[in-house]
Amino acid sequence: MDFDFSEEQRLLDETVRRLVKDEYDIVKRKSYIAAPEGFSRKLWARYAELGLLGLPFAESEGGFGGSAVETMIVMESFGRGLVVEPYLAAIVLGAGLVSLAGSAAQKRAILPQVASGKRLLAFAHGERQSRYALADVETTASREGGGWVLDGRKGVVLNGDSADTLIVSARSAGTSRERRGITMFLVDTKAKGVGIRGYPTVDGLRAAEVTLESVRVAGDAVLGEPDGAYPVIEHAVDRALAALCAEAVGIMETLNAVTLDYLKTRKQFGVPIGAFQALQHRMADMVVEHEQAKSMAMLAALSADLTDVAERRRVISAAKVQIGKSGRFVGQQSIQLHGGIGMTEEYLAGHYFKRLTMIEQSFGDTDHHLNRFAEVTLPAG
Amino acid sequence: MQLAYTTEEQAFREEVGSFIRDNLPADVRDKVLNGKTMGREDYLRWHRLLYERGWVAPHWPVEHGGAGWTAVQRHIFEDECAEAGAPPVIPFGTTMCGPVIIRFGNDWQKQYFLPKILSGEHVWCQGFSEPGSGSDLASLRTKAVREGDHYIVDGQKTWTTSAHFADWIFNLVRTDPAAKKQEGISFLLIDMKTPGITVRPIVTMDGSAEINEVFFDNVKVPAKNLVGEENKGWTYAKFLLGNERTGIARVGASKRELKKLKEIASNEREGGRPLAASPRFRDKIAALEVELMALEITNLRMIAAMRGGKGPGPESSILKLKGSDIQQRLAELVMEALGPYAMPFQREAMEAGWNEEPIGPDYAAFAAPHYFNNRKISIYGGSNEIQRNVIAKMMLGL
Ligand SMILES: Cc1cc2nc3c(=O)[nH]c(=O)nc-3n(C[C@H](O)[C@H](O)[C@H](O)COP(=O)(O)OP(=O)(O)OC[C@H]3O[C@@H](n4cnc5c(N)ncnc54)[C@H](O)[C@@H]3O)c2cc1C
Repeated sequence: MDFDFSEEQRLLDETVRRLVKDEYDIVKRKSYIAAPEGFSRKLWARYAELGLLGLPFAESEGGFGGSAVETMIVMESFGRGLVVEPYLAAIVLGAGLVSLAGSAAQKRAILPQVASGKRLLAFAHGERQSRYALADVETTASREGGGWVLDGRKGVVLNGDSADTLIVSARSAGTSRERRGITMFLVDTKAKGVGIRGYPTVDGLRAAEVTLESVRVAGDAVLGEPDGAYPVIEHAVDRALAALCAEAVGIMETLNAVTLDYLKTRKQFGVPIGAFQALQHRMADMVVEHEQAKSMAMLAALSADLTDVAERRRVISAAKVQIGKSGRFVGQQSIQLHGGIGMTEEYLAGHYFKRLTMIEQSFGDTDHHLNRFAEVTLPAG
Repeated sequence: MQLAYTTEEQAFREEVGSFIRDNLPADVRDKVLNGKTMGREDYLRWHRLLYERGWVAPHWPVEHGGAGWTAVQRHIFEDECAEAGAPPVIPFGTTMCGPVIIRFGNDWQKQYFLPKILSGEHVWCQGFSEPGSGSDLASLRTKAVREGDHYIVDGQKTWTTSAHFADWIFNLVRTDPAAKKQEGISFLLIDMKTPGITVRPIVTMDGSAEINEVFFDNVKVPAKNLVGEENKGWTYAKFLLGNERTGIARVGASKRELKKLKEIASNEREGGRPLAASPRFRDKIAALEVELMALEITNLRMIAAMRGGKGPGPESSILKLKGSDIQQRLAELVMEALGPYAMPFQREAMEAGWNEEPIGPDYAAFAAPHYFNNRKISIYGGSNEIQRNVIAKMMLGL
């Protein structure tokens, strides 16, 4: 047993840490968010140069053949600096889906462009009624000639407004909420009938509502097996969850560091507030929560590609539950221990707190993953 | 021991209820119920209606315009108003500064300020906290130096709610830098239009602008604006903070939010069924409702004790602790209920009159910002850590 990084992983960790440290603080972040797409194209190009955008897929596909552990390393540092570039949407999810399900031709056409930063992908899957249920797809796909016609609405599509290509899930067979009968399509965002309403999210990212009105796509736009997309979607989302757990751990690390610093420097009643035992204990609990979260994020990274799907589900959902609980405690307490300063837009803690809060509500909240975990560990029979 | 209200109290509840039904402007009510941004005029429209009815400062002595109600009547009134979606009366004049003037002010102050607090002509704000003095308020450094029949005020206040639209501010200022910290403080009333005052807004993390920094640069304040005696301000401030604690449980407002939470949970769907039917989510709402029930009775017990003429004691810290916790949990559950639709940031949708198509359901825009904003409740008015210190020290002698 060993939790140490390999030499390459250590180098990756160092590189990304340094990059984030140099390029990110709360003021710079604000300027990146102010760009029309809500992030920095310049930094995106840097990530491409460093090989980060091709990290999670095979060398034969134009990538660098990293595993979920490499993704964890990147996302943890992205969490530390509260990075806003669409790594989760375009790389972990978008490129992840193409790499998991694409034909050789699709991979050749798309992945090298993704790795070089030229093409952005987004995953248009969730719908207004679906909440966190991955099989709840009502957008329809019907065959027409050799191609397909797509109709429906997709909601809160992460970075959907800057994507070149959407990966759209649609129901091609079966009844709503059935796992069988979902097909994925590659859809050009400029295709006729695609409507995109982009907006900022409360945590400083971007998302979009997507409408599909009689959108016609060719037969080769199908990504993966017709009617059989569910297992791939679930796998890609599990990887995204592992990545989010790592991001959350990075966020908690920063929040704990700034809070500890504040306890040592803020004086009230003639002493640093860290002299009050009530706050010492609170801070100690925050550190315990961060360690617990970190353990589970590591476990999630090591399990995101397990072939035993039930085991993968069990671990990923457990990690998300732990991150939800730890993140809520660390987030709320870091604001509380800062007093009034913690409430302000100008100070960094609030931004970290908001992102941490929204991570809890991404791809299944704590309740959702408690259920999913219990379905494996306590089958109702 | 008996819980039911007397017939008179029940009749009173109906009287209050029908007054609200007949008078509360629908658009103001809509803003309160839906958590939209409230401006000065929104508060004042309701304030003036209450004033005309004689109900704007019911807790004041009758000779100064109070209603002569019992503690129970006051509770009924506050509860009814909050549940019906009436805006709170801005507390800085009626609940904070007014009672201090009544108790410690001079005749001129009583005659000049009290009627204007009642009518709403003067909106007040509270200049207590400073960058270096929050929980340790007595360490405040804004100074006032006596020069003839004026004080010259220099320094800074911060986190000042409503300073951007207030007419007057009541300030704690240091008048004797040599004395022990509690003993050199005075209570000064300052016109916000006085030259030398600068108000700078502080945006909170949810994007709203309700608090401010207030800078005092060589501000000339007439000496007649000093309340009571010089260097006795700390006594008055403690009296004021004691008053602040009544109604701090916010039971009525929480009942209203609980109702909203239930509506949202019934409207949101999970797996084709209402979220309210999901066992995990139901349990959380139910558990919170139980807490709220307990708080309501705890609140009533303390109110009943006050009926015997006792002021609110350190027990009010219990109300602040539990009340803030419940309000924060309610906002948290509303946000959770929204699922992914808590994410879109639609600041404009929180302004009245916005009528574009919302992203997600029309209540979505408010969920996460309210949750973020509500974190303040356990920080201001004596943080929850300070409340626990009060319980430990004052109630338990630890
Ligand atoms: C939205 C908002 C509105 C406000 N409106 C007003 C207003 O209108 N007028 C006004 O005067 N003020 C106002 N305040 C200020 C508020 O009263 C202070 O924020 C509060 O007193 C805490 O002070 P602080 O922010 O300096 O935090 P600090 O006092 O620095 O506290 C930081 C942390 O240390 C903890 N702490 C401090 N001392 C102790 C101790 N002895 N034991 C254990 N823990 C301790 C605190 O609980 C907190 O968690 C407002 C604040 C907010 C957030």
